[in-house]
Amino acid sequence: MDKTKLKQQALFMRTSLFDEGFLDEQFIQLEELQDDVNPNFVEEIVTLFYTDSVRLIYNIERALMSNPPNFTKLDDYMHQFKGSCSSIGAKKVKKECTRFSEYCATENFEGCFRTFQQINLEYSTLKKKLVTYFQVTTLILEKDKMKLRRLVEML
Amino acid sequence: MDNGCFSSPRHDAFPAGLRVLVVDDDPTWLRILEKMLKKCLYEVTTCCLATEALKKLRERKDAYDIVISDVNMPDMDGFNLLEQVGLEMDLPVIMMSVDGETSRVMKGVQHGACDYLLKPIRMKELRNIWQHVFRKRMHEARDFESLEAFEGIHLMRTGPDQADEGNLFAVEEMTSMKKRKDADNKHDDKEFGDHSPTKKARVVWSVDLHQKFVKAVNQIGFDKVGPKKILDLMNVPWLTRENVASHLQKYRLYLSRLQKENDQKSSPSGIKHSDSPSKDSGCFSFLNIANKQQNDVANDTFSYSDGTLLLQMDATSHEGDLKDIVSEPTTEKRRASTSGIPEPKMQKGSQMSLNQPFTPVVSSEANHAVFDCTIPTQYSWSEFPKGALKEEQKTLVQIEDSFSQLPLHDTQNHIQVNQSQSMASINSNPHITEEVAASLETKPLYAGYKSDYVSPVSSKGSAVEAFPNQSKNLVVSDQPSEPIFTSNLGLKTQGFNLDYISDLDFYQRYLLLSGEAASEPLEEDLNFFLLHGECHNMNFGLQNIDMSEYYDPRLTGEVPSHFYDSADYSSVDQSLFIV
Repeated sequence: MDKTKLKQQALFMRTSLFDEGFLDEQFIQLEELQDDVNPNFVEEIVTLFYTDSVRLIYNIERALMSNPPNFTKLDDYMHQFKGSCSSIGAKKVKKECTRFSEYCATENFEGCFRTFQQINLEYSTLKKKLVTYFQVTTLILEKDKMKLRRLVEML
Repeated sequence: MDNGCFSSPRHDAFPAGLRVLVVDDDPTWLRILEKMLKKCLYEVTTCCLATEALKKLRERKDAYDIVISDVNMPDMDGFNLLEQVGLEMDLPVIMMSVDGETSRVMKGVQHGACDYLLKPIRMKELRNIWQHVFRKRMHEARDFESLEAFEGIHLMRTGPDQADEGNLFAVEEMTSMKKRKDADNKHDDKEFGDHSPTKKARVVWSVDLHQKFVKAVNQIGFDKVGPKKILDLMNVPWLTRENVASHLQKYRLYLSRLQKENDQKSSPSGIKHSDSPSKDSGCFSFLNIANKQQNDVANDTFSYSDGTLLLQMDATSHEGDLKDIVSEPTTEKRRASTSGIPEPKMQKGSQMSLNQPFTPVVSSEANHAVFDCTIPTQYSWSEFPKGALKEEQKTLVQIEDSFSQLPLHDTQNHIQVNQSQSMASINSNPHITEEVAASLETKPLYAGYKSDYVSPVSSKGSAVEAFPNQSKNLVVSDQPSEPIFTSNLGLKTQGFNLDYISDLDFYQRYLLLSGEAASEPLEEDLNFFLLHGECHNMNFGLQNIDMSEYYDPRLTGEVPSHFYDSADYSSVDQSLFIV
């Protein structure tokens, strides 16, 4: 695919992520932090998030399985997870986290459980979208690099 | 890093180069913050555990300018870390959390946070954190100026540890304060660029000063106390109300924590902490023994205060002890019961010239029920419970045993001043075989400990002294070693221990904070002893200190006298006592 098209695609994806409320301003902050020293900073952070959050989600799952449910613990784990989500600007996921915490406060297990399903859904959806997005941006970068190399070779 | 502030790059382009320590268990946030701070041209160090952060902070006291920490962390509560950093290192701490609830924020501020940031954190918020560092320095500078009069203390404090590179304004500032005064403008301009005095010397809460403070607090009545009242009572010209206020805050926090611990432990001694301050007469004593002795009667149980606490230990002996102590990492936690037990390690020959007061101490026993405890200490000398300095109960038990074995005779052992040592040694130092008896005298101190070992400062003095670790050169005053020692060990050492521990803890923190000298925070409560040790190392100023009142060099910091008693011992174990 030629670069222009790729760039268009990337732009489109990015815009929709924001418009549809998947990402918030924090993501822009990450993009602003990206520089020559860390050219893949955003991707690096997102990867770090998805890697680390696996254990946080696992903790919540396990806590949900305990009988009787320990709402304090659930709230704690969720608090941790929410904090992590805020790092990449995962807006929809965060919203569900807040809802989950509210159910915890009222000790509504059913509500917690349902919300957790929703969290998982949003979490995976965002992951897929971001993976695709990064694939495109990386491709663009690669093309740029190749172009640069070719130029250098010509010289 | 260089020592001089002048050469520090930070210095040139403040706030660039600001040394930040970030603590957060979330690796994603840690990485983001690191990147953000680096973009602000700050020097960043990251940690994902609070315990690790504390370790780093203690390793090099002046290695950081500011700490940013998350509130929720697995190993330690963020507020707890905040408090500890504030007490020990007196660095500005910024809290972070995804939770912005007012109550949480309030809690943060109450615990001393200079700011509370909400996640997600913006770059612009981080750009401004330097203001907290700057503000603190300004306050310190102001304090410092008022302190100028006390160069001695200040030099003491600034000592070697100040030269830390980390310290922007380093000791140089302090030492050059005088110069600065003269060449003020130029100097300032040159160094600080547009800042005002660099991190100046903080008020050095020497043992003596703290004793005055505690005395004032007790006089006023802990509940009605206020910085202005304390200041007036203390009658220290160069001290400002702010100095007292911040010191009071730390003291209060400390006491409340001790209280909590005590409640938990339900030790008989309860919270004697408050008592301890009053004890200062006794405990602190070593230093002020001369002064205090007579007056300290006020202290409770430990009344040793009469000064008998023997703290009279000669300054010299102390010094010697301290050195010894310092050098030997006595692990013994002798603290608790050990008070009587001089650390065997003390070989160094610290000589605590305990002379005298021991006897009175003994007599004071009558006065103080507590004194029973004192005996225990004695016994530690002779036999240190080998093993472990386990400070707590363990030591107590041990002490008891040892006690019986203590050769009570008055030997001229020099009781190492290292009280701490003795304390520590008590537990573990089996070495103390020497005539610890002499040290026994100090035991009365321990008696006091029972209730609160704090007060024993004075008593500690004696006790401690008695403990010359191993070195046993107790110079115990000729007092006839009281046979008393044998018995009581049973004292409440338990409670005592606890007290010690908490005292030590406080002391440790406190002293560490104040003294900065303490180089290595003892991991345990006994760390307090570290202070001792550290003091020693730092040595700071010991030299400057007039031995007569300085009984415990390690106390260069503001070790409250009462702390000496218990704390010393415990800490002694820990570190200093080199056993």
